[in-house]
Formats: sequence, C-alpha cells, structure tokens
Amino acid sequence: MKKRKQLSTPSKYVINAILVAVLLAGGALLYNSGALNRASKAVLIQCGIYSMLAVSLNICTGYLGQLPLGHAGFMAVGAYVGAIFWKATTAWPTGLTIILGLLVAGLAAAVFGVIIGIPALRLKGDYLAIITLGFGEIIRIAIINLDGITGGTPGLLNVPKHSSFLLTFLCLTAAIFITHNVIHSRHGRAILSIRGNEIAAESCGINLTYYKVFAFALSAFLAGVAGAVYAGFQGSLFPKSFDFMASINILVMVVLGGMGSMTGAVIAATVLTALPSLMQALSSYRMVIYSLLLIVVMIFKPSGLMGTKDISVSRFLEKLMNGELFKSRKKEGQAHE
Amino acid sequence: MIVLQQLINGLQLGSIYSLIALGYSMVYGIIMLLNFAHGDIIMVGGYIALLIIGAGIHPAVAIIAAIVGCMVLACVIEKAAYAPLRKAPRISLLITAIGVSFFLENVAQLLLSANPRSFPNTAIIPTANFNLGSLNISLTTLVTLAVAIVSMALLTVLVNRTKMGKAMRAVSEDMGAAQLMGINVNRTITFTFAIGAVLAGIGAILYCCKYPQVKPTTGYLLGMKAFVAAVLGGIGSIPGAMLGGLAIGMAEVIVNALGYTTWADAVVYVILILVLLIKPTGFLGRTMSEKV
Repeated sequence: MKKRKQLSTPSKYVINAILVAVLLAGGALLYNSGALNRASKAVLIQCGIYSMLAVSLNICTGYLGQLPLGHAGFMAVGAYVGAIFWKATTAWPTGLTIILGLLVAGLAAAVFGVIIGIPALRLKGDYLAIITLGFGEIIRIAIINLDGITGGTPGLLNVPKHSSFLLTFLCLTAAIFITHNVIHSRHGRAILSIRGNEIAAESCGINLTYYKVFAFALSAFLAGVAGAVYAGFQGSLFPKSFDFMASINILVMVVLGGMGSMTGAVIAATVLTALPSLMQALSSYRMVIYSLLLIVVMIFKPSGLMGTKDISVSRFLEKLMNGELFKSRKKEGQAHE
Repeated sequence: MIVLQQLINGLQLGSIYSLIALGYSMVYGIIMLLNFAHGDIIMVGGYIALLIIGAGIHPAVAIIAAIVGCMVLACVIEKAAYAPLRKAPRISLLITAIGVSFFLENVAQLLLSANPRSFPNTAIIPTANFNLGSLNISLTTLVTLAVAIVSMALLTVLVNRTKMGKAMRAVSEDMGAAQLMGINVNRTITFTFAIGAVLAGIGAILYCCKYPQVKPTTGYLLGMKAFVAAVLGGIGSIPGAMLGGLAIGMAEVIVNALGYTTWADAVVYVILILVLLIKPTGFLGRTMSEKV
C-alpha cells in the first residue's frame, strides 16, 4: 500500500503561523484603513471576545463533557481584576501593563476556577451545573456588594481602553493555540477520556479530580483573559453584564457550534454576535431566537453544527498532496486534528 | 416576640417555596431532569391571574385560569421539548430545559415589557390583620398556610393512595421495569408535570399575594430558591421538598431580619453549595449508587 504523504510538524506550524500572521495583518489593515465605521469595528472586536469565551467554555462543555453555568462569573473576575490592575498602573509602560494585566486577570480567574472546581467537580451533571450557576451568582452579588473596590452597581468607570484589534485577535489566537495543543497532549487525551466515560477513565488510572480541575482552571484562565480584553474594550464595567443571561449566551454559542469543535465555537460566536448588530430589527427578538435555537438544536442535532469536527488547513493540504480531496472520506475516527 | 413574628413570616414564605419545590422534586424523581422552566411557569401563572383580574373578571375565575394555564403549559412543554429527548443524554435535556426557561422569559418580556406590573393582591385576599398581643398576623399569611397544608395533604394522598400515584412511584423507581408491568410511562410523566404545575400555579398566586408584582424574571430567582429547597430536602422526596422549602424560607427571613438584605440571594446559593458538599442527598433523600 502506498504510503500517505504527510506534512512534518514544524512545517505545519510554519504554515499556520504564516496564515495567522497574514490574517491578523490583513484584519489590522482593514480595521485601521477607515473602511469600517465605528459600529462595525466594535462588532469585530466583540466577535473576537465572544469567540475567546466560547473557546474557553468549550474546554469544559465540549472536551470535558460537563455543563458549567457560571462562565460569566470567571469572565467577571478577569474583567474586574484586569480593569483594576490597569487603572492602578497607568504610569507604567503601556506594553508591560497590558501584558501583565492580561496575565493577572487570567490567573485570578484560574484561582477562582480551582477554588470553585475542587468542590463542584465532585458532583456530576445537573448538580455541577447548578453549583457553578450558584458560584457565578455569588461572584456577581459580591461584586455588587463590594462597591468600595468594584464600584458596585453604578459601575467601574474610566478603565484604560487597551483592547485594540491586534490585542483582541492575538489573545484569541493564543487561546485557540493553547487549547488546541492542550487537547492534543497527554492531558487532553485524559480530559477526552473523561468525557467518554468517567468510570472507565478512572479505572484506567486517570485521576478524575486532577484532570477535571485542570480543565476547569484552564477554561477559567482563558475566560479571565477574555474578560480583561472585554474590560479594555468597553472602558466601563457593570455587574449586570455578567449575570446568568451572559453565561447562557456563551453556552448557546458552544452548543450551536458543536460541543467539542473549536471551529464551530468560533463560527457560532461570530455569527451570533454579528447577526443581531447587523440586523437591528432582530435585536429585540435576539434572546427569543437564541432560546428557540437551543431547543431546536438539542432536539434535531444535539451535536451542534460542526459536531466534534474542526477545520484544519494542514489536513486540507495533506489531502491535496495525496489527491484525495474529492474522494469519499475515509474513516479516520474522530477528526480531532 | 419579634422572633415569633419572624418565624411566622418564614413559615409563610417557606410554605410557598415548598409548593414550588414539590414540582422540581417530583419531576427530578421521575425523569432525572432539573426542570429549569418550572420557575417560569410560575411567572406565567402570575401574569394570567393579573391580566384576567385586570380585565374585570371575578378573581375566582382568574385563580382557576392561572392554575389550569400552568398545567396546560407544563404539559405542552413536556410533550414538545422534553418527550423527544427521552433517550438523549441528560446534558441535552438540561440544555433544552434552560432553553425553554429563557424562551418563556423572553416571550413574556416581548409581549408584556420588562417592567414589573403590580398584582391586584387585595382582590384575591382582602387586607385584614389579626393581633395576638404584639403579634401581627395578616389574612394572607393564614390563607397561605391553610392552602399550602391542604395542597400538600392532597398530594400525599394522591401519591400514596391512588393508582396514578402508584404508577408515579413505580416509574421513578425504575422506568424500564414499570413499562414492562404495563404502566403507560409517557402518560405518567406528563401527569407528574401537570401535578407539579398545578402546585406551581397555586404557589404563583400565593407568592404574588405576598409580593404584589409580576415581571418576566419573577420566576427565575423564585425557581432557583425552590430548587435549592428541593435539593436541601433531598431531591425526589416529597416530604423532603416540604421540609426544605420551610428551611429556605426561614433562612431567608433570618438573613433579612439581620439586615443583610443585599446578600440574601447569595445566602441561598451558599446553602445549596454547603448541602451539596456535605450531604448531597439532602435531609430525606436516598443515596443512589451508579451502575456501571
């Protein structure tokens, strides 16, 4: 049998890096060229932020197979920590503050992820959903009540607006890169096996608590970074933006895109963020449509639009090299490339 | 004396929570679904009563319409959204329930606006107060307690003494075996939803008489608290839901009386988290072992 031609790993990285650089540079050029008006620029950044949130929630929902309902809580921790850090360090060099702020925001959210994850992940299914919902709400109520630090209900204002196009999409790229590499590592396989069957995974020697908390913390970290980018984009933060509705918003994106597909998460996040802003008439029906979508997708296509599939440029190139692009697809197991 | 007064307030609030918690508990017991939409059914019941009384129709009609409305709505939801997913993974069922809950909330917001409307509570229960020494008991409190006790007694009889109750217990014990014994599982599940919704409808009227306003998000927090009550009492257990409801009502009244009103909602979640960590089966729940 003829050996299938394959790309070497370094060349895959180079191809992807070039593609990403081209996309980022092109996007930045378009963004700064003046061809876009202010509203569409804002939508573009929001798409980036929500894609990041969907990718981060996908780690828990898609790969780990749990259903946390308090994702907006992690985003809130990241947003507030990042905003407060940035406000306190305006005298520092801008580049340094931005990077440190993002890291601090992510780490703070990850710490919350671990604190919440250790007790929550002892539970399963509905209980886990409800306990994370509870933690998310507690975080929000705490933000409202600790108004000395967080500004409470009137909001935290005058946050330095650090989130440029480049920063947002660099963070998104980093989030996707980290998630992709973790999922394809030893840790990732352990996480996927937990989704498959917890009891079987445990009997194969996988430490359930460790890997669950690990996935939870990673998910929280990325959500925290996304929160900080959100803070740097909005310039002001209100506790109301991080309620249960916000968590559901992110969940809809993941469910619709396909639980376990990063491409799906990004596509769904982009479409669901861009559509209501592009069609103003739709905006008051937005949540009705979202909720109907949830029900309909669950009944007719529970795996979401993409299932667990991802689009991969290098796989596409390999197929092109082997001339199998138009042949019927061979069975390759779950396409997690 | 002030302690006794708060105790009575807690009893009133707690019995409303109990009524609603029963709906959660029964549904969970039978199909292992956390019915997120249950809270929003309460909101719908509140609106039905409000709109009918607002149209100048007799309050008794409004009460019956609200209860029947809740029941029909719950059956429709069960048939349309949950029944197709009977064999799907539980996570799909849970996401669907969240979807239904948000659908109801947002449709209500679209049709009736997000602003709270005041509920004509005096049309249902006239304002009257009884003084026992320094103790002040309103007619609403007495009616609430009486209605709650009667409903729960009827429910207990229904579950323990009737054929349908027997079927409900059988299905919650083992759905497959119940089906083999000739029980119509689907009808039993729908019936359970209907009973839960009737109790929710009664709870909705009583709740709106205590806090006379309705808004699209009324059901969310109320449902959450009732759910915590169901978990605290031991989910799936009917006396547990009653006990849990009373405990949550008391806890809320105590926190409010101590002056931590803004934290009151957080306390409910803290109780939930503590229960789940210390004794996930609640007061009266059974431990369930997982089959491999």
